[in-house]
Amino acid sequence: MTDSDTKSRPSEARLSPSAGQPSHLTLDSELSSVEPVEARAEQLSREAGFDEDTSSQIAMVTREAVINAILHGNKRDPNKKVRIDFALSDSALSITIADEGLGLDPDSVPDPCAPENILRSSGRGIFLMRAIMDEVHFHQLRPGTEIELIKHRIHKES
Amino acid sequence: MSMTLTTRQAGDVTILDLSGKITLGEGGVTLRDEVRKLLAKGAKKIVLNLAGVNYIDSSGLGELVSSYTAVKNAGGELKLLNLTSKVRDLLVITKLLTVFDVKDDEAAAVAAFA
Repeated sequence: MTDSDTKSRPSEARLSPSAGQPSHLTLDSELSSVEPVEARAEQLSREAGFDEDTSSQIAMVTREAVINAILHGNKRDPNKKVRIDFALSDSALSITIADEGLGLDPDSVPDPCAPENILRSSGRGIFLMRAIMDEVHFHQLRPGTEIELIKHRIHKES
Repeated sequence: MSMTLTTRQAGDVTILDLSGKITLGEGGVTLRDEVRKLLAKGAKKIVLNLAGVNYIDSSGLGELVSSYTAVKNAGGELKLLNLTSKVRDLLVITKLLTVFDVKDDEAAAVAAFA
């Protein structure tokens, strides 16, 4: 997994998420915004063919990213929004969460599994994103941070 | 569904039966408050029965860790009982399974206190 400061994207064409559902959401910086995003992420994960446990984990790390954007990025500023983009291609599910905050250096986040950090009560959100998703990319928007969470779809041989 | 929590005694061991979600703004604060109350009453042997916990996030994991350290700092001991697969998976990923004493049987959990 690599982090990136660039705006590079997978080059393949993307398919629209399921009919009748928006592929992007713009949210207020309130925690009440989180649940609908989480539910949408879980639904889309199931549509992408992931099993129940994996879909639940994808939804959970999406929730982590949105909470980080609201609390640490936008600091609950009512004038700042969180933008979520969902994209489902033949090969991957991508969920992008962008805030309007001061920016985040992902390398500055301590390893929560290190012995000196294991008993800390916070700091596991980004670690869980990296553990559960196949790719996690951080893009500095100046201002703001965009996190792109990607899970590769598994195609079964027929 | 938010978290529900009930407390019962098995001898000198206090068992907290938790169900629902332990997440930011849901079960986390409830758990923290209950553990703090129990410690204030002098409880030293605490079991968190997580059989009904079907969802936990990083804040919830943090609350489990906070409970563990609060009990330890008070000279007590905290054990986890009956992890669901979802909770166990996250404890494995975060290496917290190496921190907690985890049991799958209530009688064994109660008997395991020194």
